[in-house]
Amino acid sequence: MAEQAKSKWNSFKLEIITPERIVVDEEVEGVIIPSTDGLLGILRNHAPFIGTLDIGVIKYLKEESPHYVACNMGIFEMKGNMLRILPDTAERGERVDVDRAKKARERAEKRIQQRAQELDYLRAELALKRSLARLKAAEAAGVK
Amino acid sequence: MAEHTRDIKRRVKSIKNIEQITKAMEMVAAARLRRAQGRVESARPYSQKIDDLIKRLAETFSDITHPLFLPRERNHVGYVVFTSDSGLCGAFNSHVIRKAEAEMAQEEEATLIVIGRRGRDYFRRRDYNLLAEFLAIGDEPVVSQAQGIARTLVELYEGNIVDEINLVYTEFISTGRQQPVVFKLLPLAAPQIKEEDEMFEDTIPDYIIEPSPQGVLEMLLPRFIEAEIFRALLEAKTSEHAARMIAMSNATENADELIEQLTLLSNKLRQAAITREIAEIVGGADALQG
Repeated sequence: MAEQAKSKWNSFKLEIITPERIVVDEEVEGVIIPSTDGLLGILRNHAPFIGTLDIGVIKYLKEESPHYVACNMGIFEMKGNMLRILPDTAERGERVDVDRAKKARERAEKRIQQRAQELDYLRAELALKRSLARLKAAEAAGVK
Repeated sequence: MAEHTRDIKRRVKSIKNIEQITKAMEMVAAARLRRAQGRVESARPYSQKIDDLIKRLAETFSDITHPLFLPRERNHVGYVVFTSDSGLCGAFNSHVIRKAEAEMAQEEEATLIVIGRRGRDYFRRRDYNLLAEFLAIGDEPVVSQAQGIARTLVELYEGNIVDEINLVYTEFISTGRQQPVVFKLLPLAAPQIKEEDEMFEDTIPDYIIEPSPQGVLEMLLPRFIEAEIFRALLEAKTSEHAARMIAMSNATENADELIEQLTLLSNKLRQAAITREIAEIVGGADALQG
C-alpha cells in the first residue's frame, strides 16, 4: 500500500483509457461522471462500482482546480481507490478543435431537421450529443 | 566485345535505379514501423483493461449469460485472415496465408473473411468461398475500421452463418521476427476465476452495478470484440511494415552485391580488351620488323 501512503488523504487514482491511448492517468480529489443513469459523483473510498458511460463531459478536481474531458460511450469501474474509465473516445477540453465541433453540430442539426430515416436520425442525434459534449468541455476549459 | 561492356554498364545503371527505389522504400517502411510500434503500444492498455473487467464481472456474477459466451457445435468455422493491400513485403502474406490454410485443412467446413487485397486475390484465385472482404485498410488503421469489421463478424455469428470465429494475423515480436498466430474471438472464452490484475489484489468486493449486469455486458462485449480486432489490425500492420523494411533492406544489399560483381566483370573485360589490343599492336610491329 505504499502507493496510497504517497497520495493525499482525500485523493485517488483516475485513469481514462481509450482504444487508442491513455488520456488521463492522475491523482485526483473528485470526479463527476456522465453515467447512463445520470451524473455520478465519485470521491475517495467510494464503494466498488461498475457502470456504463454516456456521451458527455467528465469533470475532475485535481489540486482543487477543475479539468474537463469530453467522452463518448463506454464503461467505468471504481475499485480500491482507483477509478478506471474506458470510453470509446476522450478529449481534454483544452484540446478540443472548436471549429470542427461546431461544424459537426451544425451538420447534425441540419440532418435532424430534415427528418431523415430512423437510423440516420439516431446517428445524427448521437453526433449532435458528441459535438455538444466537446463544445461544453472546451468552453469549461476556457477555450474560445 | 565493346558491345558486351556496354550491356554490363547498362545493367549496372538500371540496378542502381532500382536500388534507389528499394532504399527509399526501406526508409519509408522504417518510419512507418516506428509510428506503428508506438500505436500498438498505446493501444495495449485498453484491450488489457477491458479484458480484466470482463473477467472480474464474470467472477462476481457467475450466473451471467450472454449469447456470445455460449459455446456452440462447431459446424462452420470462420477464419479472418489479416493480409496487406500492397506487396513487396517479403514473405509476410504467404506466411499468414499458409497458417490459415493449415488451420482450415483441419476443419470440415471452413469459411473465410479476408482483410487486405493480397489475401483476397490469393483466395479468390483458388476459388475459396469468401464471406466478406475488407480492403484498403491504409497505413494507419483506425478504430472505426475495427468497428466495421466487428459488426460484420457479430452479424455472421448471430445469424448462425458461422459457429466460431478465429483471427489469423501476424503478431509483431521484433523488427526481425513476426509470427502468424490464431486467436479465437467467438464464442468468447468463459473467463477463468483468477485474479490477475496487480492493482486489485484484495478479495472480490461486492460491486454496485448500474444499470444492470446485462446492461453493462451489452456495453462491454462489443467493445471487447472491437478492441481485439483493432489490436490484430495494428499488430498485422506493424508486422507488415517491419517485413517490408527487411525485404527492402535485403534488396538494397543484393543490388550492392550485384553492382560490385558486374563492375568487376566489366573491369575484367576492359582489361582483356586492352591486353588483346596491345598484343595485336606488338604482333603488328613484329610483323613489320620481320
